[in-house]
Amino acid sequence: MFRRKGRHCVAYFDEHEAKVLRQCAASMAAMLSDLDRDDPAVMRLFPDVYPEDPDEAAEFRRFTEDDLKASKLEHVTTILSDLLESGGEVRLNEEAADRWLRALTDVRLTLGTRLGVEDETDIETELDEAVLQDPTSVRVGQLSVYGFLTLLQESLVAALSR
Amino acid sequence: MVGMAAPQTVPVETPDVDEVPDADRAWVTIVWNDPVNLMSYVTWVFQKLFGYSRSKAERLMLDVHHKGRAIVSSGARERMEYDASRLHGYGLWATVDQG
Repeated sequence: MFRRKGRHCVAYFDEHEAKVLRQCAASMAAMLSDLDRDDPAVMRLFPDVYPEDPDEAAEFRRFTEDDLKASKLEHVTTILSDLLESGGEVRLNEEAADRWLRALTDVRLTLGTRLGVEDETDIETELDEAVLQDPTSVRVGQLSVYGFLTLLQESLVAALSR
Repeated sequence: MVGMAAPQTVPVETPDVDEVPDADRAWVTIVWNDPVNLMSYVTWVFQKLFGYSRSKAERLMLDVHHKGRAIVSSGARERMEYDASRLHGYGLWATVDQG
């Protein structure tokens, strides 16, 4: 988890955490490189700016989507370059923390969409239920990762706001 | 939105729209509630992108959270489209509408 140290936000990742986070960033990069517009997660990351006017929304998309995609890709790539495969310390200045927060947001939005997270969803409860059903399921893994990323992002916002 | 630990007190509601000339008031940027983004993060984004004070950013965030949406900026249409695309860059669900 991130803590404030002087002008930096600093966190230590063990090898497992680093692997999980890098996998998330890599699959995010893959998703962004080949956008599937029917994917609800993609729709969430690239929302229609005019939901009631498909033509205007498409027009806006034509002008902005490439830039938005490129910046999202840059942010997840930042995680891959800042975090070694073996883990270790990550030290972020304000600019880098901004990129991390945006990347973590996109990963959480994507995972949250896949998991069907809603306002009332309690991740701990969901996780307990999923473990009871099948502790080796994909859902258990995704819920754990989602919970980890939530805490990580919360810690980074707190460290940055200090 | 998702809050962590600390209980939130809900401040008295006041209008969110800044004073702008009537002619420029035609368009608004709306941020919609979503079940994933953290309350602290949304507040931080409002401060960062719009230069709002912490209290104003928190008030807007709570509006989004409790009412499902909030107008976060208003003015000329092009400017609202710019604001919406910046918000999308931060993963917030933003739309543009005629005010």
